Amino acid sequence: MVKMILTGNESAAWGARLSRPKVVAAYPITPQTSIIETIADFIANGEMDARYIRVESEHSAMAACIAAQNTGVRTFTATSAHGLTLMHELLIWASGARLPIVMSVVNRAMAPPWSVWTDQMDSMAQRDTGWIQIYVENNQEVLDSIIMSYKIGEKHHILLPTMVMEDAFILSHTAETVDVPDQKVVDDFIGEYDPPFKLEPGNPEGYGSLIMPEGPYMEFRYMIAKAMDDVRNEIRKTVEEFAQVFGREYAPLVEEYKTEDADAIMVVLGTIGSTAKDVVDWMREKGKKVGLARVRYFRPFPYEEIRNLANKTDMLGIVDRSYTFGYGANLYTESKAALYGHSSVPVKNYVMGLGGRDIKPELIAKVFEDMLKIAKEGQVDREIEWVGLQGDERWSL
Amino acid sequence: MRKLTIPEEEYMLPGHTACLGCGATIAMRYVLKALGKNTILSIPACCWAVIPGVYPRRTLEVPLLYTAFEVTGAAISGIREALNAMGREDVNVVGFAGDGGTADIGIQALSGAVERGHDIFYIMYDNEAYMNTGIQRSGSTPMGAWTTTTPGGKKRMYKWEPKKNVAEIMVAHRIPYVATATIAYPEDMIAKLKRAKEIKGPKFIQIFSPCPTGWKHSPDKTVEISRLAVQTNAFPLYEVINGKYRITIKPKNPKPVKEYLRLQGRFRHLTEEEIERIQEEIDRNWKELLKKERCSQEEE
Repeated sequence: MVKMILTGNESAAWGARLSRPKVVAAYPITPQTSIIETIADFIANGEMDARYIRVESEHSAMAACIAAQNTGVRTFTATSAHGLTLMHELLIWASGARLPIVMSVVNRAMAPPWSVWTDQMDSMAQRDTGWIQIYVENNQEVLDSIIMSYKIGEKHHILLPTMVMEDAFILSHTAETVDVPDQKVVDDFIGEYDPPFKLEPGNPEGYGSLIMPEGPYMEFRYMIAKAMDDVRNEIRKTVEEFAQVFGREYAPLVEEYKTEDADAIMVVLGTIGSTAKDVVDWMREKGKKVGLARVRYFRPFPYEEIRNLANKTDMLGIVDRSYTFGYGANLYTESKAALYGHSSVPVKNYVMGLGGRDIKPELIAKVFEDMLKIAKEGQVDREIEWVGLQGDERWSL
Repeated sequence: MRKLTIPEEEYMLPGHTACLGCGATIAMRYVLKALGKNTILSIPACCWAVIPGVYPRRTLEVPLLYTAFEVTGAAISGIREALNAMGREDVNVVGFAGDGGTADIGIQALSGAVERGHDIFYIMYDNEAYMNTGIQRSGSTPMGAWTTTTPGGKKRMYKWEPKKNVAEIMVAHRIPYVATATIAYPEDMIAKLKRAKEIKGPKFIQIFSPCPTGWKHSPDKTVEISRLAVQTNAFPLYEVINGKYRITIKPKNPKPVKEYLRLQGRFRHLTEEEIERIQEEIDRNWKELLKKERCSQEEE
């Protein structure tokens, strides 16, 4: 193990390097580009043994990864925002073909208007693609999650691709100390790639052929649904094994911080978590009992964990850094769906930080105050609240 | 007696689901005969996504990766690099796509793949329209043709733009091997595929493949129409090896294009003047091709 000062993107590149993909298909997009640049350096210097395909679009990047993985090798790619949404068709293809590709996604807002800064609408729009989705909060978690994603996805009863999300700039371009594990330890942890099927001369199999409604199309989809459900237990097992080997502990699907006696719990994704943990400490110093839950895995959705949270508090405030125009944001609507019939605690959606707008600790503190008020009164004033709009005095700092 | 150069081995079994008289089916059979068993195929959305048969049946004796419509170039890049990573540089990697998937929606992935120089074959089977979806105009539809999206009508809304020349687009990428071929000249086609097999890098072969359903001709005319396309210079057969042109079948006395057009219902509406315009276009293209052959040979 070596300690290095790495940005989130360098951590992603290191996570990929240590996982030994044989094919990397890469296309540049801000703020992802430094991932594929770092990988190019690794390969150019002979530190990483992979074929590097400089494709002409993200759409082709995913297509090349699908074809390479189907030929029997581990693959990696990385993207952001417009690149990710351009891939959409092939994301569904990758999971349908049961190929455990791993991809770094640097969460960036979608245009128009153009923005390169963070929000999570890009990956939220990929919710239904059949990919395992994990949101991380620091650079160490970027690296470790990529390694764990190969291990989980490649299990023969799983065989699903994973996207590992990091917030643009807040992680992608910010350096912190990261433990980079030894190659040998990672090799032993992940093992050799052992696909249960692959394209091979002499074995005239066809992958993806036409299927009639009475054929097993629906059964194939059901198998994906089952596999995605099985991912939950595989995550629980893998983080435990990871802790034993690497000495770093991760909560499986949802990380909780001071939730045990909390009057209100904020539920978040990504880097908002690390800021909010500090705010929880401030609030508690002032005698205000608040807690935080950081959802790591959004797919599969941690519905049991969300129900457990509701059982230990009087109010859930769901913070989304994205929106689904028409009704609420994804973390909110899914949490509420999980809670229906299981809990009657008030739940409110706070939409924050779109287009990279800074989510300051003071603003999070205001949200906590709002949550405590709702917890006390026992009912929600409004279901969905956009926090920090220009000219809205209620949230001005 | 002429000696047959066509390999006897078959990699396509009976039972395919193509239309009667399908040219693209004959094209696949010859391609596999020429390239042999050590081949991996990738096929996007097109007639050939359906022709091998419905799951779990398949008529092909080589492994096959079906892909999305627009990604053949990227898919064969991925297969090639994965094979090379595993030390399997001996395997032929073949993209087999229609004209819509090549000239239109797939041209970006194709351009990227050949520009990057992967050791791949890209076969465009050219039936001159989106046939699998039911005969819609593609960039490769020839001038004057009827399709369901150029249906004529009172305004004579046919396809009046010239056929997109994908082979020349490939030549402009300066790849080592580009060729045109057609099913009526199987020896020529197989010789080209075998030459291509000896060349490392991207190989592009456009195979003119008549479609009785879309071109509105009798299924027993498929080979005749393929031959007439060459004899009228409507679809010249040539190859370009490292930029050097060679016309492989040169009709001594080219027949008037009218003889080719009149066998096909898709051209039935054409007036004498319109046929004359098509003839002029064909003559101009042929002269240009002769010039290219001469110029590129002179460079030596």
